[in-house]
Parts: sequence; structure tokens; C-alpha cells
Amino acid sequence: MKKKLGVYICACGGNISDYVDIEKVREAVKDEDCLVLAKTTMFACGDTNQKDMEQDIKENDLSGIVVASCSPKLHLTTFRGVSERAGLNKYNYVHANIREQGSWAHSDNKVGATEKAINLVKAAIAKARLAESLEPIIIESKRSVAVIGAGVAGMKAAISLARMKDEVYLIEREGKVGGHLSALEKISPEGTDGRELLARLEKEIAAEPNITLLTNAEVTGTSGNIGDFKVDVTIKGSQGEMVKQFVAGSILVATGFNSYTPAEGEFGYSNIKSVITLPEFKALISEGGKADADGTMRLYYNNREVQSIAYIYCVGSRQVKGENKYCSRYCCTAAIQSSLDVREKFPNVDNFHFTRGVRTYGKQELIYKESNDKGDVYIQFPDKKPPVVSEENGKVLVKAIDILSEKSESEVVADLLVLVTGMVPDSDTALGNLLKLPKGRDKFFNEIHPKLRPVETVIDGITIAGTCQGPKNVAESVNSALSAAAKSHSFVSLGELELEPIVAYVDNDTCNWCTACSDVCPFSAVSMIDHNGKAVAQINKSTCKGCGMCLPVCPSDSIELISFTNKEMESMIDVLAQ
Amino acid sequence: MSKRSAKILVFSTEKISDPAIDMAGLLKLHYPPEVFTIPVRCSSGIKPRWILRAFEKGFDGVFIAADGSDCSYGESCTEKTGHLVERVHEMMKSQNIEPSRLRMAAICSVCSESFVKQVKSFNELLLKQEIQ
Repeated sequence: MKKKLGVYICACGGNISDYVDIEKVREAVKDEDCLVLAKTTMFACGDTNQKDMEQDIKENDLSGIVVASCSPKLHLTTFRGVSERAGLNKYNYVHANIREQGSWAHSDNKVGATEKAINLVKAAIAKARLAESLEPIIIESKRSVAVIGAGVAGMKAAISLARMKDEVYLIEREGKVGGHLSALEKISPEGTDGRELLARLEKEIAAEPNITLLTNAEVTGTSGNIGDFKVDVTIKGSQGEMVKQFVAGSILVATGFNSYTPAEGEFGYSNIKSVITLPEFKALISEGGKADADGTMRLYYNNREVQSIAYIYCVGSRQVKGENKYCSRYCCTAAIQSSLDVREKFPNVDNFHFTRGVRTYGKQELIYKESNDKGDVYIQFPDKKPPVVSEENGKVLVKAIDILSEKSESEVVADLLVLVTGMVPDSDTALGNLLKLPKGRDKFFNEIHPKLRPVETVIDGITIAGTCQGPKNVAESVNSALSAAAKSHSFVSLGELELEPIVAYVDNDTCNWCTACSDVCPFSAVSMIDHNGKAVAQINKSTCKGCGMCLPVCPSDSIELISFTNKEMESMIDVLAQ
Repeated sequence: MSKRSAKILVFSTEKISDPAIDMAGLLKLHYPPEVFTIPVRCSSGIKPRWILRAFEKGFDGVFIAADGSDCSYGESCTEKTGHLVERVHEMMKSQNIEPSRLRMAAICSVCSESFVKQVKSFNELLLKQEIQ
């Protein structure tokens, strides 16, 4: 029976339509064979459009649909869901990627991008004409998760997973857990003590029988797939190294961040003694105080009393010249919190903040207000004219243009200059290379989509949490950890996973059993059977993984792979060649 | 030059090289729009007849964005894809198709820049051949 197909071309709110003339694409494909409707839509993934599609499928009795939109990594499952809800087998849905491999890749060539989109949609229609209804394959998924990194995100994720009854391997490369948490005296905006929080989390982990904590441990090898990852962990101990292997259904990566280290001479760093970074300043607040005769606490740095502190914000973040274009999000709040802490502990200290516009978003705005109320001075300098720092009589002279005072020049002579340094990706890239986790422009690990699939990576079964994904404060890290834990849990909780029913099959009439297919199959899925007195190959559907390695070696071309048949592949090639 | 870009068919792999090609778009790393991708499961599962069909139907070049050592179906993928390319090169010679019109390179899931570099240089090579 002839197929009845519907095609939807998405504008993606301009992401596609700004570069691809989607109306032209619709015009070019609307008369293709089997097509009964062709529509453009502002957001194909939007609820309204999904409902319209369901209605179209039912009303027009469609037997297949094509959506031309973003990468199938984002919305293949969305539109398969639409098909199923409308009573259409989901494997009759075909996706055309005209955003990542269309409008975005060719945003420099609108005509070329449009022509490419037309061909991609026609190729998808060609495939949809031949698509068949299929049923998914069910595989076992191990109910265990490897959580890599035991900072606040990894610890919270591990606890959350363990409470959902998953077996958890919490792997930390350092000798102790907590990451940067132990260095936080007071966490905004609630004023939580980082060390108290860490102690609480350690206690909770110790109380969870489902968590196996491995410290001084590094992941040195992985193999397998979602549902069945084999993870090699090298553990360093007093008696040398040992390697342990365990199986995890999912891997949750929470390897954290490094603090930015300013270059030599950047705002006087390492050339002027009284210039330190924010993490160094936090340590100084904890350790650098002495009480004088009347009991007043005084702050000392390099044996000199500190009475005035200047802060320069956005060091290593939002760089005009430099690689780190991103905002590190946490540092405005962390710097202001530290300035409040220092004022509380050492009442005779004055604070001068040189900012590029304070970003204490949300509830954190309250500490900015508190800081202003207590008399801290804020000077906002222009992006392209950073403050100039020099040494003067053992003190630090900071000169900056204040855009809030008609660009007049302000000068502060301070006893100490704190460079408010942001977050940079973990300098240890071994794990990222091992798992082949994609990184974004900022060099942090990349999620599939920041809103739609915010903790998933393109590697099925591997999720990311916390600051390995990008700058976050503690609360945001915890939220992302809980989200990643829920997602990893969803991969393992049922004990089974649905896989694509893509397996190879043999044409018994043309097969002459030469063993070529069984020789190359890495899964021993091919065996010989008797077919009407003739020896032929048979492929075991439950062991075949659908890699297709047997396809090109068959001398009589008797093997086909479901969804990748000669007809389907060649019909696409023919269309794309036009 | 008769046209601005050569027509190239890319066989990418769903789990490894296709995400890298997607990310090239995300990062707006431009490459010629006459580069079309068909995802397959594994680069060692591409049939020679599909490659020859592409040449027959008018593609100037075929690029196999191979899994390399990252293939989730096993370590033998690189070797098998290599053998496949060798075999197709021989077939191409016998059909008077210049073997350099089929190229293979390992493109892992983070190799967006490498992919763009590869297809751009392949495009230049194919255009040069066309002039000759």
C-alpha cells in the first residue's frame, strides 16, 4: 500500500529560518511522491504543534512523518512520542537535521543552507517512504551508577541515587571528599558553613550501605555501553596501586573546576606581594587574624596589618582579550560574601570593589544590599578599560574609571588587592578524553541542550553535574546533581532498557554460507543453519547489536540491516546527489 | 573553477562522529554546504555498493567519518573500516574512478574542528582534481 506522509519544517524561532528559507523548502518538497501534507512551524517541538501533528496523523490517516528541525539527539524521541500518541508505529518517523547540519553550519551561506535543507528533507522523505513498523529490543540494565568526583555535586548525587535504591560507586581522585567545599566558610545567601555541610554529607554517605566510596581512586579505563559500562578504577594505597573493575548501568561525571590562576603581572599578580586571588583571600580570612591588646581582631598579610582592601572583579572571566568569555556566576557573590566576612571579623577594615557590574542574581542581591548598607564602596569600570595596578610604598594603588561617576578616575591605595578570580575547567583532562565527552566553547563539558536535556551528554548513559559543566554556585551544583542523579536513575531503575530494533538479517535464497559474516561478527551472533537442504547464515536477533560489520564482507550481498537497507540507503544517496 | 564547492557524501556514525558534526554546526564552524551526511551505525558497516552508488549518481567525493578506536562495537572497527576502504579503492581503480575521491579519517565525538578541517581540505583536493 502506498504510504501517506506528512512533513513539518521547523523555524526553530529563527535558529533555522534566519538562514534557511523554510517556505522555499516547503514549496520544493510539497509535491514529492507519497506526501499528503507539508507544513512549516515556528517550533515543531512546542506542545501546540505536537497536538496539531497528532491530529494531522489521525485526520489524514498518515502512515509516516518527517520533521526537519534540530539534531535528532534532541528531538527524535519527542516526535517518536507524537507518532505513538497518534497511534502510528514510532519507527515510521524520520528526522531531518537542518539546524546543526544546516542553518548553523552554513549560517555564512543562506542560499547554500536552503538548498542543502531541501535535499536533506527530500532524503528523509525517501527514507520515510520505505520505513517499516518495528518493535524495540529490551536489554538488561545494571542497577548501579558510577559517580566520578566527590565534591558537593558528586556527594549529593551519590546520596540521592542511593536513596533511590541504586548501587553507587563514588570515586574520588583525592584522599578526601568535599572538593572546594571545605574552603568555604560561609555560603551565600543562607550563610551555611561549607565545612558543616561537608561533615553532614560525609555522615550521610557513611550511613548509606548502597554507596561504595573509593578515595585516591581514578577511572583509568571504561568499555561497554549504557546499561553495562565496565569501569576500571586504579586505587593508590600505602601498598601501591591496585585496579578494580565494576559494572555500572550509568556514569555520572562531577569532576568540578579549577580556580583561575592569573598570569604573571595580570593586575600585578606575582609581581606585587599584596596582590592575591579570591581563594587565597578566603584562606587569609580564616588564618590571618590576630587579636590586639584590647581584644580587637586585626588582619595581617605578610606581617603587615590590612586596613583597606581593594577587589578587582571578573579576573579570568568575561575576558575582553582572552579565552574565558563566560561569566563565572559565583564570584561576585563569593567576593561580596568574603568582604562581609572580613568586615565582621575585622571591624577596622574598609572594602573597595572594582566591578564590571555586580551579578548577585536572585536572593544573593540581599548580600549586595547589606554590603552597600555597611559602607563598602563600589566602582564600576568600563569593560575595555580595566583598572591599572601599581605598587606604592608597599601598598597597592588601583586606578580606574568609574562609569557611574561620569567616567571620572578613581584611585584607591589599599593594603591588599584581591583578584576576584573565576572558574576554569578542570586541568586534568584524562577523564574527558577517556569518556570522549564533548566540550563546549568554554571548554567545560557540554550537555545535549541547556534547557531540554541539561544533564545528558551525547554519550548514552553518561550524565554530567556541577561545575564540570560550567560555573555554578553551591546551590546550583546541588540542583544539577539531583537532576543528573534522577536522569542516571532513569537509565538503571527498571533493570532494563529499550534499544533500537536494528539487527541484521539474511536473504536465505542468495546466501551461500561462506563464513565471512561469522568471521567478522564481534558478538558471535552468526551461526550456520540448514535451509531447505542448503547451508545458510542465521543471525541471532538477541545477540546482534546492529553494527553492520557483516554487511560489507558478504560476497553475495545477502545481508541487510533494518533501517539501513540497500533500498533505504540508496534512495537517500540518489536524492542527495541531485 | 566550475563550482564553488565539491559535492561530498559523508558517512558518519550515529554515536561517535555525528555528534561531532552536530557540534561543528553548534560552534558555527562553517564548511561547504554541498557536504551531506548520512549517519550509519558503525563505519565498518558501510557497503561498497553505497559508496560506488554515490560516485555513480554524481558525488565528487565520499568521506568516511570513522569511529576509530572509540567504536562502541569493538576495537576491530578501525582495522575493518581500513580494509573496507582498501577494497573500495581497488574497485574504484577498476572502474576508472580516482581512488583519492574516497577518504577516511577517524572523527571522535569531540572532533568538530578536525571534521571541518578534513572536509575543507578534501573539498579543495576534489576541486583541484576537477580543474585537472
